[in-house]
Amino acid sequence: MHAGFIFLAVIIGSVLFHIFTPWWWTDIASNWGAMDDTINLTFWIGGGVFVLVCLFMVYCTFKFSYKEGRKVEYKPEDNKLEKILTVATTLGVAALLAPGLIVWNEFINTPKNALNIEVMAWQWGWQYRLPGEDGKLGTAQVAKISDENPFGINLDDPNGKDDVLIQSDELHLKTNRPVQILLRSVDVLHNFYVPQFRAKMDAIPGIISYYWFEPNKLGEYEVLCAEYCGLGHYGMRAKVVVENEQNYENWLNEQETFSSLIAKQNKIEFNTIKIAKNNN
Amino acid sequence: MSDDYKENITPLEAQSSESTTESSDSIKDIDYVRPAEVADQDLYHGHSFITKWIFCQDAKVIGVQYFLTAVFTGIVGLILSWLMRLQLGFPELVPFITAEHYYQFVTMHGMIMVVYFLTALFLGGFGNYLIPLMVGARDMVFPYVNMVSFWMFFIAVCVLMASFFVPGGPTGAGWTLYPPQAILEGTPGAGLGIILMLVSLSLFVIGFTMGGLNYLITVLQARTRGMTLMRMPLSVWGIVTATALAMLAFPALLVSCIMMTLDKVLETSFFMPTILKAGEVLDYGGGSPILFQHLFWFFGHPEVYIVALPAFGIVSDLISVHARKNIFGYRMMVWAIVGIGALSFFVWAHHMYVSGMNPWFGFFFATTTLIIAVPTALKVYNWIITLWKANIRMNTIMLFTLGFIVTFVNGGITGIFLGNVVVDVPLSDTYFVIAHFHMVMGIAPLMVIMGAVYHWFPLVTGRMLSEKLGKWHFWFTFLGAYSIYFPMHYLGFIGVPRRYFEMYDSPYVTSAVGMNEFITVAALIVGLSQFIFIYNIVVSLRIGKPAGRNPWKANSLEWLTPEVPPAHGNWGEKLPVVHRWPYDFNVPGAKEDYITQTTPPSEVLGAEVEKT
Repeated sequence: MHAGFIFLAVIIGSVLFHIFTPWWWTDIASNWGAMDDTINLTFWIGGGVFVLVCLFMVYCTFKFSYKEGRKVEYKPEDNKLEKILTVATTLGVAALLAPGLIVWNEFINTPKNALNIEVMAWQWGWQYRLPGEDGKLGTAQVAKISDENPFGINLDDPNGKDDVLIQSDELHLKTNRPVQILLRSVDVLHNFYVPQFRAKMDAIPGIISYYWFEPNKLGEYEVLCAEYCGLGHYGMRAKVVVENEQNYENWLNEQETFSSLIAKQNKIEFNTIKIAKNNN
Repeated sequence: MSDDYKENITPLEAQSSESTTESSDSIKDIDYVRPAEVADQDLYHGHSFITKWIFCQDAKVIGVQYFLTAVFTGIVGLILSWLMRLQLGFPELVPFITAEHYYQFVTMHGMIMVVYFLTALFLGGFGNYLIPLMVGARDMVFPYVNMVSFWMFFIAVCVLMASFFVPGGPTGAGWTLYPPQAILEGTPGAGLGIILMLVSLSLFVIGFTMGGLNYLITVLQARTRGMTLMRMPLSVWGIVTATALAMLAFPALLVSCIMMTLDKVLETSFFMPTILKAGEVLDYGGGSPILFQHLFWFFGHPEVYIVALPAFGIVSDLISVHARKNIFGYRMMVWAIVGIGALSFFVWAHHMYVSGMNPWFGFFFATTTLIIAVPTALKVYNWIITLWKANIRMNTIMLFTLGFIVTFVNGGITGIFLGNVVVDVPLSDTYFVIAHFHMVMGIAPLMVIMGAVYHWFPLVTGRMLSEKLGKWHFWFTFLGAYSIYFPMHYLGFIGVPRRYFEMYDSPYVTSAVGMNEFITVAALIVGLSQFIFIYNIVVSLRIGKPAGRNPWKANSLEWLTPEVPPAHGNWGEKLPVVHRWPYDFNVPGAKEDYITQTTPPSEVLGAEVEKT
């Protein structure tokens, strides 16, 4: 059998696989539909080029396979053809790049009304911090982290007092409100990734990175760590719950603030001292 | 434009007689080649077994040594990939694969394949064997340094392999070795494993620098008479441009290895910020993990082209010879190789779009990355236009070049996804990335390597490989590898993250279990089918059909040595003289369908040659 048939089957098979694949994106649950659109655009243009190039190649193998004495074209260069191909390719590439850059511009400029949420990663787990009524997160340092101060919040920063601390791996978000994820890590690189939200970004010890999205579909989503972080990387999962405003407020009210955590600890400390004294 | 040097003829006429007959002035004219500038020098000839075959200074033997050592590391890498795939396709089938081992396999597989296999094979293997022969030199310009280069590489491989046997095992930091995790507890092999890896890489860079200087200077200074730069085979262009890239990129790797070794051993803080581990603040502070990523990818991206450019060059020659037609747009091919090489130093941070670097970099690096797509696409067009109105021998070699085109175009297009910054956001760190880079810098260059082995085996050994076994080998490799990596892209669309030892029962992957099993089976078959290749080589060495001189009717110099396989010194008494480019196939008016580079115009008077 002529080898061209097998190459042809590979190309047709690839196209059919793409059309009938059961493996595709998870349903999107954020505002980043534009990312899916740019991927689709790239698929159509890129896939078209792939199919055309391969079909041309296969055609040549059928049409010009070896025959003693075949007349072969001798044409080392063709300036006109080369120019046309250069210009056409440049235009095609620009058509892919331009929409990509426009969406990227949206991606890196967080809307003003976004709610700041700190995601703090460690080997191997997640915890979260939300601003209190002042809407501001207090400054924090890795070196200040202790059992009493799990986020390392600077005690002399008044913004930190009413911060809401969530020492569990379950984060709640409300629908249709943009959130800016501020990423911190206490040890190595991590990455806070929910496939349904499309967006992701690394958490790096020493600096705060960010990204934003707007959840727009109620539900529970699995968080995956998407930057290799050592042995427990594959187990570094968490949960995000997207819910309506009412449920969100209820959840939020159940959470502890930094000042109440300190107060509780003082009380415990106080009680311990008292008990110790009584025992004497 | 049949002769570049016409204007020089009168004063130097007397010295140009070598390749011309004295009888006719007009023939002397058209056959003129500029005289040699330096006298021919004799080489050191080995006398004992050790100086001839072990500590050997002959670039051809060094090339074969590089080739065999690299293939050995490649087989280790292949076995590691099997173990990884077994875990992913059939978790818990092999009880000794723990998460620790899995990450060690991932890391060693990646590093071995990229650096110790592909780079060493293309530059050390093909570079050493082909450069002196193709440019008409007797050897590399510094044969002794060349020998030391191989032995440094050999030691680097030994150090790397030793890390399998130290306490804690080899490093499991991922081939990118990102700090801080690479040198901290919690990553497998964070003790001796990572140190040996860094030492081995440093030795590799030192050894490679010696070889690289040789390749560059040989091409710039030791070309034979008439071998202008624009008459060199594209193989040489690809290899030498890749070497230039390596000379500029590897220092970035070397310094990052040294700095990370210091961070590990002396607790400096180049890459280490304040870190809290197990409730305690470590003795680090102020360093930047992103600095390492910039250094690593400043090496790592050109590294992709260090592998790709030699493949581009070699495949151009394979296509041209076996399609019996000149490569289309030679000058554009040369400029595309050089242009891609230069641009490859301005795109590194496209590996870091979601690394937390300043997001404004995204605009710059997406633009530069997509600009690279233009010269790359032009190369693809030129390859397929070369097939147009050609006379294509559908042999094993041509099959491998066609397989290269399919996999390279496929992988190149998925590269446009990942290079286009915002498209990369959902896809980065997923199986889409794995599928992309295996297709474009794993399978595609491998297709070229295998095609090149079938092509040059007759030259190196004097015997032909079996065509029948070759075709079986090709179809198993090509169809198998394609069915591994083409569907794998779709796992990435689902969002399956890479470097996961197992997925448990995440909702994303329930539909992917079947595909993972399929991919693993395909990977086992592709790996096993390489033994057809090895069997073919071993058997053909003894009973292969004798090749004779120039069995493919090629034009380039390596096929025109007085002895086959070429002897030490390559050219016997006199160096060859070059009269034309290596792509004069099926020239109108010529009797044969090829005109070798050493054929003077007077011998093919009727040929309507367009290019020199």
